[in-house]
Amino acid sequence: MNRSSFRHAIPSRSLLKILLPVAIIVGWEVAAILLNKTFILPRLETVFAVLLNPFSGELTFGSGSLFDNAIISLERVIAGFLAAAGLAIPLGVGMGRSEIVHDLFDSLMQLLRPIPPLAWVPLTLAWFKIGLVSMIFIIGMGAFFPILLNTLDGVKGVKKTWIEAAQILGAKERQILSRVILPGAAPTIWTGLRVGFGIAWMCVVAAEMMPGTNSGLGYLIISSYNFGQVPVIIAGMIVIGIIGIGCDYLFKLVDSHSFAWRELER
Amino acid sequence: MTLRIDHLSKQFVKGGRELVTSLSDINFEVGDSEFICLLGPSGCGKTTLLRIIAGLDHPTSGCVLMDGMTVDRPNPKLGMIFQDYSLYPWRTVNENIAFGLELQGVKKTGIQPVVEKYLALAGLSGFGNSYPYELSGGMRQRVAVVRALAVEPSVLLMDEPFGALDAQTRNKLQLDLIDIWVKTRKTIIFVTHSVDEAVFLADRIVVLSPRPGHIREIVTIEEDRPRDRTSVDFAKVRRFVLDLINQ
Repeated sequence: MNRSSFRHAIPSRSLLKILLPVAIIVGWEVAAILLNKTFILPRLETVFAVLLNPFSGELTFGSGSLFDNAIISLERVIAGFLAAAGLAIPLGVGMGRSEIVHDLFDSLMQLLRPIPPLAWVPLTLAWFKIGLVSMIFIIGMGAFFPILLNTLDGVKGVKKTWIEAAQILGAKERQILSRVILPGAAPTIWTGLRVGFGIAWMCVVAAEMMPGTNSGLGYLIISSYNFGQVPVIIAGMIVIGIIGIGCDYLFKLVDSHSFAWRELER
Repeated sequence: MTLRIDHLSKQFVKGGRELVTSLSDINFEVGDSEFICLLGPSGCGKTTLLRIIAGLDHPTSGCVLMDGMTVDRPNPKLGMIFQDYSLYPWRTVNENIAFGLELQGVKKTGIQPVVEKYLALAGLSGFGNSYPYELSGGMRQRVAVVRALAVEPSVLLMDEPFGALDAQTRNKLQLDLIDIWVKTRKTIIFVTHSVDEAVFLADRIVVLSPRPGHIREIVTIEEDRPRDRTSVDFAKVRRFVLDLINQ
């Protein structure tokens, strides 16, 4: 068999990529029919029924519609993410530019970094009780470190001659920061924001499972479990996944549009 | 404008204990519109010397005087061009050329004609909206040269600017640089380790010895420009300078 006929024997790559998801969906439906127990594995149609009525609270048994809960989760994640970015970017720039700031904060950051955001839940509840502040704190904890570390990395990675060329041309420290350091580090900072947002999104769902919460996608799937509504659980998980992919795609879009120079420069 | 390098020495501590002298008692003067090459083997401290003249580095003793004033920090009167071009990849060619004027707070309407003028001087009209990564190495270095010129420095300091380019591009850029130098009458201090390049460009070559770098000799070249690399006179000067280096 020569090379070209061998290549024809391999199915096209896009076909290969959807093979497994399709097999799982078919296998799921077959298994659901054979098993016939909605509480363990519901039929596909029942999940789709929930997904296709995102604005109705009827199918979710009083836990609010998929859409409303998704919006609430997104609002929380954006609040926590912005709080984290608002602290992590200035701190990262400071640590990258000044050895004093670096040495002052480094050991504390190294100490806090390995603690998973969810390990903060009990302490958070003790400090802030249940509510938006607790959520923002936990989400922020998740997003903070990837943003901080990437900002630090980006600032340190700014070429020395970029800074020196600006000094030669008469730049003041403030101008060096705004016109050289920040644009030079922007692609790496953006990577940090993208990773941070992904983690924040995982944290919001987990934070909404905290006792006493009464809204959000995390709340929706945990309360559906209590009502025995497995189709709603699965539909909720699918929505969580889709929103996660969608947000990541938006970050990627800006990245390839605005920071193309990072790859092309090498 | 006169630039005076006055009994300048530079020492630094290597590995925490060993004291290394990289420049020892450098002493020379540069006049208006002069083209000086600093020539020497790798590690002789010629780049360090240039960085000290630029105000980016500090001497251990001695000083750099520009019109009698000590240079101890970067100064827009002393422009510098780096070997790696150091253009800002997120800025277009126009925006790179405009950078120095922007820093000085010049208004957009004032910047535009200056950018056009220098874009033309670089022979890059039509490339103003390109990004640096879309240009060849030679074109990038031309942008770097006119970016430095746009703020009208008196002196242009060039650190092996053509070192990363292929031989043909290098020869072309040397000719272009002479052309720009004739048009603008800037003082140029040009660091190189290529004898050929120094003999082709310089009014005077400051030949540095290996570490600790001190001035071995200052060679004056009177030949008219553009110089002919294949001429007998050129070969004579080149041999003379080579012998100085290999001493």
